[in-house]
Amino acid sequence: MFDEKDMILESRHVTRRFPASGGRELTACQDINLKFYRGKTLGLIGESGCGKSTFMRFLVRLDVPNEGEILFKGKDLTKLKGEELRQMRQHIQMVFQDPGGSFNPKMRIRDIICEPLMNFGRIRASEKDAVARKYLAAVELPGEFADRFPHSMSGGQRQRIAIARAIALEPELIVMDEATCALDVSVQKTIIELVVKLQKEKNIAIGFIAHDLGLIQSFAHQIAVMYLGNIVEVLPAENLDKNAAHPYTRALMGAVFDVSMDFSKKIESIDSEAPSPLNVPPGCPFQDRCGRCMEVCRRVRPALTRLGPGHEVACHIFDKEEKKQ
Amino acid sequence: MLDIKNITISYQDRPTVKNFSMSLKAGEIASLVGESGSGKTTVIRAVLGLLAGGGKVTEGDILFDGGSLLQNTPDQWRRLRGTDISMIFQDSGAMLNPTRKIGEGFVEYIRTHEKMSKGDAWKKGVEMLERMRLPGGDNIMRSYPFQLSGGMRQRVGIAMAMTFRPKLLLADEPTSALDVTTQAQIVRQMMELRDEYGTGIIIVTHNLGVAAYMSDWIVVMKDGEVSDSGDRETILHGNHSDYTQKLLDAVPSLGGKRYV
Repeated sequence: MFDEKDMILESRHVTRRFPASGGRELTACQDINLKFYRGKTLGLIGESGCGKSTFMRFLVRLDVPNEGEILFKGKDLTKLKGEELRQMRQHIQMVFQDPGGSFNPKMRIRDIICEPLMNFGRIRASEKDAVARKYLAAVELPGEFADRFPHSMSGGQRQRIAIARAIALEPELIVMDEATCALDVSVQKTIIELVVKLQKEKNIAIGFIAHDLGLIQSFAHQIAVMYLGNIVEVLPAENLDKNAAHPYTRALMGAVFDVSMDFSKKIESIDSEAPSPLNVPPGCPFQDRCGRCMEVCRRVRPALTRLGPGHEVACHIFDKEEKKQ
Repeated sequence: MLDIKNITISYQDRPTVKNFSMSLKAGEIASLVGESGSGKTTVIRAVLGLLAGGGKVTEGDILFDGGSLLQNTPDQWRRLRGTDISMIFQDSGAMLNPTRKIGEGFVEYIRTHEKMSKGDAWKKGVEMLERMRLPGGDNIMRSYPFQLSGGMRQRVGIAMAMTFRPKLLLADEPTSALDVTTQAQIVRQMMELRDEYGTGIIIVTHNLGVAAYMSDWIVVMKDGEVSDSGDRETILHGNHSDYTQKLLDAVPSLGGKRYV
């Protein structure tokens, strides 16, 4: 469904373990294989603590995995060092959840937006004002904002500044970690519209972390569902409501509050909380919360199997059908 | 039960909420919907007499069970808050003292409002936690707030707020900081509270989807004024302002509009 020559980043068997108290190990990411394509958005969704941010942090090299490789245009990011690593950082940028926390409160917006460009010597100090105004215009903010400080702006405006800073280097991949989750729904919508517009103009690949399936399906091309460090389903975002197969994906869909939903129906949701990633049971990670758990799920961890074009699912319900055929 | 009559609330003589009216019967759920800064939190804080930074109700009246809340003495407020009217916040963890275990705060809260031995108060706390579907209540009473997940903390907040079976529960963005799955659980739980205890609930939210699912009555606020109010049907499908339509359009929905 995607053109392989447009693929710019690929993770192969990425695993990250953190040491925990009592000599235990916490596996935050287990054998993650994902591909990012130019001009396409990959939505990574899952509950808090499932490892989605841990994974995205590898892409911007804020952390390195214990195992596996991350290939950016054929180069393994996990092995880069020194100046080569610094140069690579221009191509992959990040937007954080809390824009207030990712700015230096003492810097003016002009300096915030131009900082990355100055770091890489792409512009001279005398050009700063013009460049800042150009990117402010790109994120649909008035040019006078260049003189402001972050504290005198609203959450939505600050998130636009964060996006302006991320696109200033003309990166090829932007990672957005719950970039709209701290915002009002109406502001969230305008930010999403802006992101989509910029993506179309500049043909950027985007990795977007979220926990709201309703939101992610509105603008992603590809969705990866993560549960307790494992990718349980990868599928195209189009026709998500018809195609989603994994019981966990369906549960996430059931939890979306929609203005056109059937209000007489009880909202469906898995009752329990996600178990601690410290004691993931053997077998399927989702077994204790799954309504269709079978005996085999307790023993064998399901692997991702192909269900359709661009659609893979890790669930024993679907192995069986395959064997029958 | 609650009747807010045409109130205007001002901070330092600048009116923030203008001509706001609504009423709520026992066992009803109403939502205040609007963007940040539209004055929805100010309204529910006024109901509890907790306006921050010198805010005052300058016009109108708030009646609770027929009596005006605005004339309450500090002593009357003390008797009302936490028993007949209680409140849950966006992050209940921030309401709890981070250096004390949940149980200590819970026991102190119960004993502030009712003469009871520490042992009985502890038992009552455990019972409330378990009723709010927090298994192992005893364990939770012995935990610090930071040891619990966001959803668990929110349930602790609800358990505390429901201890004295309040007639009115005010909820300020109770699900905005939560995962969608946890949000669905908390929403369902709040609706069960209404069925079980007959508590009237006012919920403040910016998500019209949540509001529409829960409420009998919805008030849409914009810049301190009521932009629309009505039952679910009216707000969703009836005659409503462009602003309400804008909020409706912003709710992300499955199988809804796609931008790509």
